[in-house]
Amino acid sequence: MPEKFDVIVVGAGPAGTACALVCAQQGLNVMLIERGEYPGSKNVMGGVLYRKQLEDLIPDFWKEAPLERPIIEQRFWMMDKESVVSFGYKGLEWGVEPYNNFTVLRAQFDQWFAKKAVEAGALLVNETVVKECIVENGKVVGVRTDRPDGDLYADVVVLADGVNSLLGKQLGFHKEHRPDEVALTAMEVINLPKEKINDRFNLEDNQGCTIEIFGDSTQGNLGTAFLYTNKDSLNIGVGTTLSSMIKAKLKPYDLLDYLKNHPMVSPLLAGGESAEYLAHLIPEGGFRSVPKVVGDGVVVVGDAASLVNAIHREGSNMAMASGKMAAEAIVKAKTRNDFSASGLNSYREALYNSFIMKDLEKYKDAAHTFEKYPQYFKEYVPMMNKAASKFFTVDGTPKREKQKQIMKSVTAERGTIRVLQDMYRAWKAVK
Amino acid sequence: MHIVVCVKQVPDTKIIKINPKTNTLDRKSAPAILNPYDAHAVQEAVKVKQLTGGTISVLSMGPPQATEVIKKSIEIGADRGYLISDRAFAGADTLATSYALSKALERIGKDIPVDMVICGKHAIDGDTGQVGPGIARRMDIPPVTSVIEVSEVNVKEKTILIKRKLTSGYELIQAELPCLLTVEKEINEIEYAPMPNMIRAARYQPIIWTVNELENVDRAQLGLKGSPTVVGKMFTPPRPEGGKKLEGSADEQVKQLMDLLMDKKDLLTVQSTN
Ligand SMILES: Cc1cc2nc3c(=O)[nH]c(=O)nc-3n(C[C@H](O)[C@H](O)[C@H](O)COP(=O)(O)OP(=O)(O)OC[C@H]3O[C@@H](n4cnc5c(N)ncnc54)[C@H](O)[C@@H]3O)c2cc1C
Repeated sequence: MPEKFDVIVVGAGPAGTACALVCAQQGLNVMLIERGEYPGSKNVMGGVLYRKQLEDLIPDFWKEAPLERPIIEQRFWMMDKESVVSFGYKGLEWGVEPYNNFTVLRAQFDQWFAKKAVEAGALLVNETVVKECIVENGKVVGVRTDRPDGDLYADVVVLADGVNSLLGKQLGFHKEHRPDEVALTAMEVINLPKEKINDRFNLEDNQGCTIEIFGDSTQGNLGTAFLYTNKDSLNIGVGTTLSSMIKAKLKPYDLLDYLKNHPMVSPLLAGGESAEYLAHLIPEGGFRSVPKVVGDGVVVVGDAASLVNAIHREGSNMAMASGKMAAEAIVKAKTRNDFSASGLNSYREALYNSFIMKDLEKYKDAAHTFEKYPQYFKEYVPMMNKAASKFFTVDGTPKREKQKQIMKSVTAERGTIRVLQDMYRAWKAVK
Repeated sequence: MHIVVCVKQVPDTKIIKINPKTNTLDRKSAPAILNPYDAHAVQEAVKVKQLTGGTISVLSMGPPQATEVIKKSIEIGADRGYLISDRAFAGADTLATSYALSKALERIGKDIPVDMVICGKHAIDGDTGQVGPGIARRMDIPPVTSVIEVSEVNVKEKTILIKRKLTSGYELIQAELPCLLTVEKEINEIEYAPMPNMIRAARYQPIIWTVNELENVDRAQLGLKGSPTVVGKMFTPPRPEGGKKLEGSADEQVKQLMDLLMDKKDLLTVQSTN
């Protein structure tokens, strides 16, 4: 007789582990299934872990979690071929408890996080692929794994299988992602001695810095690049929507190479040793791409439900928060012994009332706008660079005259009306 | 039939880095895994148990994290696992290790007498292959090394028929039980473990013994104190040099390769080892 659990969670990423942890803490019998050799072995993230949502699960986690550096500085670069316009914020208050956010390496972080769920009582089985959900009379009752005697049953199955959730597709919750709903990102971990990192980024040992890079980092396509500092390595990556890549006939690794050799970037990496190369999709479709998240005997969390805020590069925190909300709904359903879609619906309600769906709603037109009107990345970033160069070059021209020239060159390139339209459209997309 | 398999947690030497200053392994640079030969040892115990019935225990010595390799062994099909873990065991060479393990085997044998001990051929971090035979010597049972097949187990007669790998060919021998085997990788394929094993392993809590829980132990023979091995010198072997990459179309490359081979005919002649 195959075992029956209260909950089976598929996928030990931030979403699945958070859900398993809370369910186990509440005394449920939880099975967490991961296809990797260990949790995190194949998982990819630029590396910014936000404090709040993890702190809600594990207070004071920074005292024991394998974190790289607390981030005390966030920079934003508008990059052209041989220049950048940059702004940012550095604050020492982010360098002391309770911190703001951290860089992490997922292979280590996910393993530690899953261990917390195991300590709370969840059972973790690695190296096992869930092939499909077992559905009886329209209700999900368990999962079929690729192992011999591999069927397992549960009151609720949690789909935390990440972007491109095959199980969500099997259940008909969503279709194959359209190329404009996902970003394809390639990244590399580059080993560099701690002292070099501290010097180059103006940091102390326990301080980190993030740089988000727009414009020429994606050769003007819709996407971003990032460069983050770990203890003794750097994470550098770049991605664009899959549709932009197809249109511009780009390959993710070519883009990454281009970025690494960019004159604004390469001095920061010089002498580093490439340790790891990774590529991964990010579900960036936003509000409109969020599928059905509750069914009879099943809930969907994290990337599997497209819960990513691409503009603020928030994903892992939404994954954790959604996992926790799902767990709370499952605990509630258990007290009433009703695991139907309506019995589990408090998850959907919580999700839609939380920052997650509110933020996704706010930006629901952003990706679409920027994809449809490529001038933001292709034209305005170089224009900004030119303007800054002109403004800050001391050549005897009066400043007011310079401002006039700059405005003129901007409107000359795009026309006054179109500039105003562009501004309005961008503001509407992110307001 | 009670089979005890000795297993070790080792760094994955496929990815490990070597500290260029000290020439020692940088253990932090690689994940800890079940010694691959030991995985085959556990798998072989599972195969024997399928024929004879009985119990499979695994035994390991190491830090508390070594419970991971015991869990891994449970996944493959072991029934129970023992870890001896104590500061007194730390720094042991092969002599002290085989002493400590034989003392643990003595204790395990008190519950159910041991009929067979299986070890991997060697651990990939030390490559000595001495611990298995060392245990056999201390238990006063026959050691059979380089095993590539367990051909027959006769429970009634308490005998076992074994194929041993030789430099050319193999040898078929019969041994009396209890005995100790050290196995080669080709003895079996590690099977994809069934789900019930995975669940059992996820739940399993190994039995952990400190030195105080072993009996009649001479502490002078344990750990660093009991280890006479002296490391004279360590060096990283130079990478083999030479080699040549053939370029051109497939046809051109084949022709170049044939020319090279015909130039070095002596490499192609079959060498007799007798
Ligand atoms: C390059 C890049 C940079 C990013 N940067 C950031 C950042 O800086 N900050 C941030 O917060 N977010 C970032 N994100 C997003 C973030 O990584 C994700 O939102 C987050 O990992 C989602 O967590 P998850 O648990 O839903 O999915 P995942 O982390 O993808 O976990 C899914 C898990 O399920 C397992 N799995 C899948 N299918 C099966 C199956 N059939 N059977 C068994 N197991 C299965 C997988 O092995 C995996 O462990 C980034 C993403 C990428 C790709």
